[in-house]
Amino acid sequence: MSQSGPVLRVRGLSARIGQQQVVEDVTLEVPAQGVTALLGRNGVGKTSTIKAVLGLVERNGVVELDGERIDTLPTHRIVQRGVGYVPEDREVFGSLSVEENLRLAERSANPRRDLVADLFPDIIARGQQAAGTLSGGQQQMVALARALLNDNRLLLVDEPTKGLSPKLVGEVTEALERAAQVVPILLVEQNLVVARRLADRAVVMADGRVVHTGDAAELLDDEQRVVSLLGVGSTGSSHGSSHDSGSHPDPSTHDQEVRS
Amino acid sequence: MSTVVLLLATGLGLGALYFLVASGLSLIYGLMGVLNFAHGSFLTLGAFAGWETARRLGGDSWGSLLLSLLVGAGVGALAAVLTELLLIRRLYERHIEQVLVTVGLALATVALFDGIWGTDAIFVTGPGWFDETTTILGARVPNDRFLLIGVALLVLGGIVAFLRFTRFGLVIRAGVENRSMVTALGIDVRRAFTVVFAIGGAAAGLGGVLASHYFGYVSPQLGGSLLIFAFIVTVIGGLGSLLGAAIASVVVAVLQQMANFYLSGTGDLVVVLLLATVLLVRPSGLMGARA
Repeated sequence: MSQSGPVLRVRGLSARIGQQQVVEDVTLEVPAQGVTALLGRNGVGKTSTIKAVLGLVERNGVVELDGERIDTLPTHRIVQRGVGYVPEDREVFGSLSVEENLRLAERSANPRRDLVADLFPDIIARGQQAAGTLSGGQQQMVALARALLNDNRLLLVDEPTKGLSPKLVGEVTEALERAAQVVPILLVEQNLVVARRLADRAVVMADGRVVHTGDAAELLDDEQRVVSLLGVGSTGSSHGSSHDSGSHPDPSTHDQEVRS
Repeated sequence: MSTVVLLLATGLGLGALYFLVASGLSLIYGLMGVLNFAHGSFLTLGAFAGWETARRLGGDSWGSLLLSLLVGAGVGALAAVLTELLLIRRLYERHIEQVLVTVGLALATVALFDGIWGTDAIFVTGPGWFDETTTILGARVPNDRFLLIGVALLVLGGIVAFLRFTRFGLVIRAGVENRSMVTALGIDVRRAFTVVFAIGGAAAGLGGVLASHYFGYVSPQLGGSLLIFAFIVTVIGGLGSLLGAAIASVVVAVLQQMANFYLSGTGDLVVVLLLATVLLVRPSGLMGARA
């Protein structure tokens, strides 16, 4: 893993779903260590940005992993280069057992079974159970475990605490904290308490564009700026529509304007 | 009683043929979302290849039958793989174009088979055992039914084992559920597409050789005539469900035989009514995933 430059560099990324432009000219970087939070209200293009990086939606722009362009590759090749993906809503294979879900995700001959067993003993104990019969929290563990099994250069984690109970939010946060010690993470997170605890840097999006990039703690400790950029207090979740009238962030609050 | 037994045996034999075609259709649709209207052509080609093999071996022995089954399956698989690689692969997620291409291929191949083998039915003979019957509960059941049922059960068992115990099978089962997530795990799902086409083509080719013995002839229209019912079976069983296809094959074929005998040859009508009922009551089919 390159320690000097960013692990992920995205320049001028645009994406569309059908006829709708969902990501527009996004430029961002993910350092080779720690957690970078991708924040913003619902529907501003965070998930689409992650999917565009992976090539799961139609996109244009430059995406580099450790300095090598990956935007010309199909999704499976991008993942094989060392990009782990934990999708929004888990997307575990419900008809397969937990063990089969994990086995399917293994890309190397020596998967990190010990790490996964250490982090998620509960799901390992349920190896033969159909993943579709697990609780939402357990399914989230399976989704995280699938990504952590492999020796990735980057994890793309999309709303891992969505819909979970406070106890499970704590467990998932802990797991991500430990994962971040071995692999950099680009984390989409609506729960700002979780983002505050995990993230070193924050990238904020609005209307499909990046509107702020900077230190996560600095942003999330600044109540006024959080309200301005994310529409909520720093202890809440940044829900709400990007299309709410008058809810657009004030560009004057930007730490670092991103050229568009 | 003996009539019912005979109808059941004949229905099971026909159901075996439906299953051999429907299993491939169902897997292909389940994994790739492709409605393959050219699937009947794999069956016809397999049937002709099997007949050519047996003819060249010059005998009606078990050996020539076995070899014709293997050749039929191989040719069906090869035709299906070539279809996937050369035509379908460029058209994933473009469903209208897929339908146009596969319908066009079905029409073109029938014309091609007409050109090569002629439009008349060619009569097929098998081992002498096929001409004999076995008496069950007073019913004299033609022996070829047992072969059909046995092969279909072997194919069902083989596909289930493949899906259950191999890495490709795991990928296919996951892909039927969520194709893009399989890709997002770093798996080239297109290879699974090719494998599924090969399996479907092999089963159809095998079905072609067996169908030629069941009906006693091979003709360019053989695949098309079975394909319609295989589609019905696939929909009733639930698109993408192998077990659903197996159950629906038996239900449809037995019902068809019973209605033909007891309701003045209305078997096809009853099957269509069954399809309509299933679509109204349970649109996802007997064992399909609910939307």
